[in-house]
Amino acid sequence: MAQKEHSKVIERELTMSRAMVEAIAHEMRENEEVFYMGEDVADYGGIFDSTQGLLDEFGYDRIMDVPISETAYLGAAVGAAQEGMRPIAELMFVDFFGVAMDQIYNQMAKNTYMSGGNVSVPLVLTAAVGGTYNDAAQHSQTLYGTFAHVPGLKVVVPSTAYDAKGLMHNAIRDDDPVMYMFHKRLMGIGWLPAPDGPKTPVPEEDYTIPFGSADVKREGDDVTIVTLGLHVHRALEAAESLADDGVSAEVVDLRSLVPLDTDTVVESVEKTGNLVVVDEDYRSFGVTGEIVASVAEENLGALDNVERLAIPDVPIPYSRPLENEVVPDVADIEAAVERTQ
Amino acid sequence: MVSVSELQEMYVDMVTARHYEERLQEEYLEGKQPAFDISAGPIPGELHLAAGHEAAAAGVCQHLRDDDAVTATHRPHHVAIAKGVDLERMTAEIFGRETGLGKGKGGHMHLFDPDVNFACSGIIAEGCPPAAGAGLAAKKRNTDSVAVAYLGEGAIDQGAFLESLNFAAVHDLPVVFVIEDNDWAISMPKDRVTDVENGAQRAGGFDMPGVRVDHDDAVAIYDAAKEAIGRARDRNGPTLIEVQVHRRMGHFMGDPESYRPEEDQEAAAERDSIARLEADLQSHGVDEETIEELRDDAHERVEDAIDFAKDQPEPDPSAAHEDMFVNPPSGVTDTEPEYDLAGGDD
Repeated sequence: MAQKEHSKVIERELTMSRAMVEAIAHEMRENEEVFYMGEDVADYGGIFDSTQGLLDEFGYDRIMDVPISETAYLGAAVGAAQEGMRPIAELMFVDFFGVAMDQIYNQMAKNTYMSGGNVSVPLVLTAAVGGTYNDAAQHSQTLYGTFAHVPGLKVVVPSTAYDAKGLMHNAIRDDDPVMYMFHKRLMGIGWLPAPDGPKTPVPEEDYTIPFGSADVKREGDDVTIVTLGLHVHRALEAAESLADDGVSAEVVDLRSLVPLDTDTVVESVEKTGNLVVVDEDYRSFGVTGEIVASVAEENLGALDNVERLAIPDVPIPYSRPLENEVVPDVADIEAAVERTQ
Repeated sequence: MVSVSELQEMYVDMVTARHYEERLQEEYLEGKQPAFDISAGPIPGELHLAAGHEAAAAGVCQHLRDDDAVTATHRPHHVAIAKGVDLERMTAEIFGRETGLGKGKGGHMHLFDPDVNFACSGIIAEGCPPAAGAGLAAKKRNTDSVAVAYLGEGAIDQGAFLESLNFAAVHDLPVVFVIEDNDWAISMPKDRVTDVENGAQRAGGFDMPGVRVDHDDAVAIYDAAKEAIGRARDRNGPTLIEVQVHRRMGHFMGDPESYRPEEDQEAAAERDSIARLEADLQSHGVDEETIEELRDDAHERVEDAIDFAKDQPEPDPSAAHEDMFVNPPSGVTDTEPEYDLAGGDD
């Protein structure tokens, strides 16, 4: 809720990409050991504006374009991090994880544990996630569950500029590997218009948002909508519309999956009795099931009704009517909430 | 020596592909003016067009049969056309229609036409291992089919490519790897990501022939491919070929190309493999009238395909849930015999 307190005094609004970049630039000025590696991050500034403007200030040595060799440069980021540097490495699309999965799943995530805590991997892996623009099965996934599933990675998913900046500061300063998953449609790119919402007031100074602190983006009494990323904004829009029908929805933005703020979710469900989990990842063995299970373990009696919305276990199809069918939209969220009432 | 009729066939493939990309560009930009919104218009999503790459498709695929496998890249249209992919159904797929090659599920980076053994993938270099697999199948079945994997010069640093070279070499697989070198991996010029002068040099490390064709000259590519594909068909192992092509339209539609020097864009626009092939045709005695006729027919075929596609219905949303499995789980029959595991005592 820090955002709302700040917005009383902060007038400067930033897009999510500008807020992310501001945090990276700040950390790079403060610490020479921070550098950024990725494909098309230098002259291009990141296909999704994740590094726009950084080359001018920091040069090619610290904003490094790399060959299309994800295994090599993500693995190199792990190695540099283990030497004590603080690399930020970018997967242009999270969907490209597959070509470098050993470095992510078996090195980045496990080296600290396997060393008995003697090795630290202070690496931030940024990745563009999400669909809704008809880029089909190999360029539209979020894969939130894939990265949250393997033990050893902290996983953060900002939904607003304010959160993006605070989470990025925290990610770079964290001594563990962090997956920083930014949704393409929230970045504020001209050719991929964002919904209302992710552009927020952002303080000029640095600040950190601790991982594992879910944010109640809207308070309500009748139902708890738990979500993350793009779907925070779809849930808020649904909540507005539901309010007209007399249904008061609370919207909880998880902000991080690892660590997971179960307390905030359970507290909300104990108040409302109804849980709707909305996710842009696949339905089975993923975020929606995990949230429901976590609440059930903590307080099964608090759950009157449960609904899950997610990609219904198919790859993301290309054609517009097909993609619209599988990605939860505002009407889907409203309908799910209605079913709990 | 290339025959006149082969020259004409390659020419038709190339002018078809060029016109196709120019027309798709127009269709794609419809609905994206004045503000470019990638998800708007009749063709949404990313679109990677291959204008300037045509010779690499025509010169290689001229030697291929329908049973030969081709895996193409995220920039696949010219190769699909030269391989003989159904143009109408491919176009319907790009427009996201029900009768598209993938019923609207794949889109332009994920085109599959089993009738001519064509596939492509949107992930860099990831067509290489399946091409090696097609070669492996041909070897195991003792046929003379071959496989061709296309990749860009930006893909030569990718593990899937390098591992596939070794796999194909050690098993003597009938595979030809074709690198289309258009100088740019989105914004990265090749000299900033590799120290070798050209991608064909990668072959040396795998004891495989490596050939570089310095110009996007369809006949020179035809000659190099003829030798390589002949070697594969005769089961004398794989070959790596790199051909110079030119990126005339940006990495994807909407790419501002602000990173690219203007003179480089101009040079790409000036280099034209189609004009070169027209000159070759003329030197082989094909008159201008015939060339014009070939071109007009090709353009008409493209227009017909686009008209066809736009006429097709969009898929019903419920179709999004279909085609997950060839044998849907509900249709699995229990073929397990009844075992008496307790030794017949019960």
